[in-house]
Amino acid sequence: MLTARTLGLAPSLRQATFGAARNNASKILPRSAITIRSVQTQPLKPEDGITILNKQRLQRPSSPHFTIYQPQLTWIGSIFNRVTGVSLTVLLYGFSIAYLVAPGTFDSTHVIEYVAGLPDAVKYAGKFVLALPFTFHSFNGLRHLGWDMGRFVTLKGAYSTGYAVLGATGLSTLYLTFFQ
Amino acid sequence: MSILGLTARRLAKASVVETRLFSTTSRFQAEPLQKPNPDEPSKKPTLQSYTIDLNQTGPMILDALIKIKNEVDPTLTFRRSCREGICGSCAMNINGQNTLACLCRIDRDTAKDSKIYPLPHMYIVKDLVPDLTQFYKQYKSIEPYLQNDNPPEKGEFLQTQEDRRKLDGLYECILCACCSTSCPSYWWNQDEYLGPATLMQAYRWIADSRDANGAKRKELLQNEMSMYRCHTIFNCARTCPKGLNPAAAIAKIKLELAAD
Repeated sequence: MLTARTLGLAPSLRQATFGAARNNASKILPRSAITIRSVQTQPLKPEDGITILNKQRLQRPSSPHFTIYQPQLTWIGSIFNRVTGVSLTVLLYGFSIAYLVAPGTFDSTHVIEYVAGLPDAVKYAGKFVLALPFTFHSFNGLRHLGWDMGRFVTLKGAYSTGYAVLGATGLSTLYLTFFQ
Repeated sequence: MSILGLTARRLAKASVVETRLFSTTSRFQAEPLQKPNPDEPSKKPTLQSYTIDLNQTGPMILDALIKIKNEVDPTLTFRRSCREGICGSCAMNINGQNTLACLCRIDRDTAKDSKIYPLPHMYIVKDLVPDLTQFYKQYKSIEPYLQNDNPPEKGEFLQTQEDRRKLDGLYECILCACCSTSCPSYWWNQDEYLGPATLMQAYRWIADSRDANGAKRKELLQNEMSMYRCHTIFNCARTCPKGLNPAAAIAKIKLELAAD
């Protein structure tokens, strides 16, 4: 009985024995009739399993990622580093190629003359837009050099250097925008 | 669902957890809700909300999920085993961070819902169950076992206490895949980039004084994709439910490769 109880069979066994003892065999008979399987099964070869699995794999949806991930200084900072790097590169190459194509229009003299004619608000906005990515990318580059030398590679190090980069970026951007 | 019969005052006291399953489309769909289901692959997966009485639930997210499965929706599918943070089965994205459901407390603030998604950027078998085949294949590819053709003549490999300490913070990894699936580089390049979990285990064997194949192990990582897709983002260290630091392990491999 102990084994039957550990296997979870005790209640059904008890029911079966007591049920029979009470001459209630008619209640047990239909049960055995019901146990005929109503579900049809198909024989499958072992190699069919992988075919079915591969068919399922092709249809699996991919779970959402950056849209649901909590915004953290770690990866938002990294994305901003990439974006600022790309935009600075585009600016450098764009200006260089433009100078190559039309040297008369895109040389320093013309650019300075054009900027000098703009209203002050546009000048400050332009300086801000140029200074922010440049300073952030530069300071974050120093942070990366530190990491590559094996410094600050703790979570605390990553966060403190991250906030330091943000602070330095803010101050130097303000300085470049309003005092230069 | 038991909360529906409660009075308003009682309702204010009882906390509510709302579990949203993952969706690729709208987050609030009023129509019949459908979760990713292999039996109906043509249907787009959507979110599903559950409301439960937190006074009748254990403290952890896993307790809530088990309660929902037992009492509300038996079709809700998720992996779980040890319920104490050592098996790594119940890794999922809870409130925007990858963690183990069994180690994550339910927010008692009733004003906020708990949002639960499967691990990010993985193929989903059903509901909260991601397909980890690729993850395990990557782990296998670094040959995560002791390799040494010159065993000691007598007894076992011995190690100084100092050498043993080098493995602390590496061997504790339970391969729950929280870190790899939190890594944006792994999201975009998981076909070739090994990901933080696998790379930390690669370093675990490189750092082992008893292993003789360190040079071969490093050679396997000496290419553009396997390791150098790591851009020191630190999402891995931030999310690890065991408090480990895969980013530091990868930084150490990079230093050793640079010194080669």
